Amino acid sequence: MTSNQFMFLLFSAVIVIFSILTVTSRRILRAATFLLFVLVATAGLYFLLKYNYLAAIQLALYAGGIVVLIIFSILLTSHINERLPTSGLMKKLPAALIAILGAALCISVILQYNFIGAVGTTEPTNVKLIGESLINYGKYGYALPFEVISVLLLAAMIGAIILAKKRKD
Amino acid sequence: MAFNIYDFTTFTQSIDKALYEWLPPFWALVVEMTIIGLVFLIFYAVVGLFLVYAERKVCAFMQNRVGPNRVGPYGVFQTIADFIKLLMKELVYIKNSDKLLFNIAPFIVIIASFMAIAAIPFAKGLHAIDFDIGIMYVVAVTSLGVVGVLLAGWSSNNKYSLIGAMRSGAQIISYELSVGLSLLTIIVLAGTMQFSQIVEMQSTGWFIFKGHIPAFIAFVIFLIASTAETNRGPFDLAEAESELTAGFHTEYSGIKFAFFFLAEYMNMFIVASIAATVFLGGWMPFHIYGWEGFNHIMDFIPPFVWYAGKTAFIIWMMMWFKWTFPRLRIDQLLTLEWKYLLPINLVNILIMALIVLMGWHF
Repeated sequence: MTSNQFMFLLFSAVIVIFSILTVTSRRILRAATFLLFVLVATAGLYFLLKYNYLAAIQLALYAGGIVVLIIFSILLTSHINERLPTSGLMKKLPAALIAILGAALCISVILQYNFIGAVGTTEPTNVKLIGESLINYGKYGYALPFEVISVLLLAAMIGAIILAKKRKD
Repeated sequence: MAFNIYDFTTFTQSIDKALYEWLPPFWALVVEMTIIGLVFLIFYAVVGLFLVYAERKVCAFMQNRVGPNRVGPYGVFQTIADFIKLLMKELVYIKNSDKLLFNIAPFIVIIASFMAIAAIPFAKGLHAIDFDIGIMYVVAVTSLGVVGVLLAGWSSNNKYSLIGAMRSGAQIISYELSVGLSLLTIIVLAGTMQFSQIVEMQSTGWFIFKGHIPAFIAFVIFLIASTAETNRGPFDLAEAESELTAGFHTEYSGIKFAFFFLAEYMNMFIVASIAATVFLGGWMPFHIYGWEGFNHIMDFIPPFVWYAGKTAFIIWMMMWFKWTFPRLRIDQLLTLEWKYLLPINLVNILIMALIVLMGWHF
């Protein structure tokens, strides 16, 4: 077994185990913490692929940003003794069915795909290239997604300000 | 084994080669990682103990006191005695707390700072890993530490801890922006995020001089924002001994408290190293373009001495802040970030981009 295979198995095991724990935990903050482990292990997989830029984005955005946001909102709303209620059989059955169907669909698609071994070498992250593709509106450019996300975030920000603003009456 | 005090590349590579000759690749890698881990662990403990001692001495001198002076000459063994005391203390068991999260939290905080230390270049060829995304990696992993702080505050089931954690969360999330943007200003100037290249590029002059005024503004903003990000005074309202009895780590005792304590000092060390590397040239000696003789004399001082000197200078500045300014209120803290630092930073990046485009830097 090479070290790459070992690390892949380790990260996969962490992802699988903590994903299951995330959805089965009855304490909501524990679930959020397990989700953090899943996201960090995913970043580990990207590092394994030498896709360092995406790995750092994964760490900064998902693990350091979104999970912190989730934990922050739980901190404000949840009490320490609170337990999520377990759902009844009528909810569990359809959920299990949908989960199995979804997993079957994903696995069948992955198995059908003809994977080719890696060719060529990974190139170091080029900051200039990242910057240029962010403002490029031609082929392989990200100008439109970038602008759309900016507008979306601006709208969310205005919405948050309106909600948080003190009413005059 | 060639050991050169000015260039560790051959030294580290000869160890690497020897290991791979003796052992199969998998075990060579395991042994290599274990060695690096142990070296960092010892480094971590030594630097942590030294910083605690330095903080107490600096604080004492600022307040016209003597500071620790009983254990050993000038009290240098004081922190070791404190450390032994902390190790032997009882781990207080908290009823009605979320035990799993309560126990995990100190580890998350300390692992986040431990991961960041791996990317820091200490001297030429002396760093654990030289990522092509160096700066971004450090910013990303240090942002994980706040999760530990939030979990610690919540799982203690104590209102002071919770308030401390909320303050700390709001503070770290806000100031992360300024840290990132001020580093981005230098990335614009350098055109790379790799630490080794950034240091190499400063052989003709440190970035704080090369980038003119925008680089200096970025340096000042980085100092302010990173002081806030490490939860140090005057931004220590997450702990605020006098109001919150210590904030998020009120309920921790013994070695678990020591973890938070150590992580705070190591975070300070990490941001000081980043500031030294990105703005002040890291291990690169002080060079003035065109002064060959002067540059040559500067080259005789070993790189890690330069690195340690610069880092110590910035750490000393951060301690100076802490003991000079009074603690900010939470609204003042957020106003400072969102109304002053962030707009200044955004304009600053544009000016830096203009300078780079026009080629005004040297």
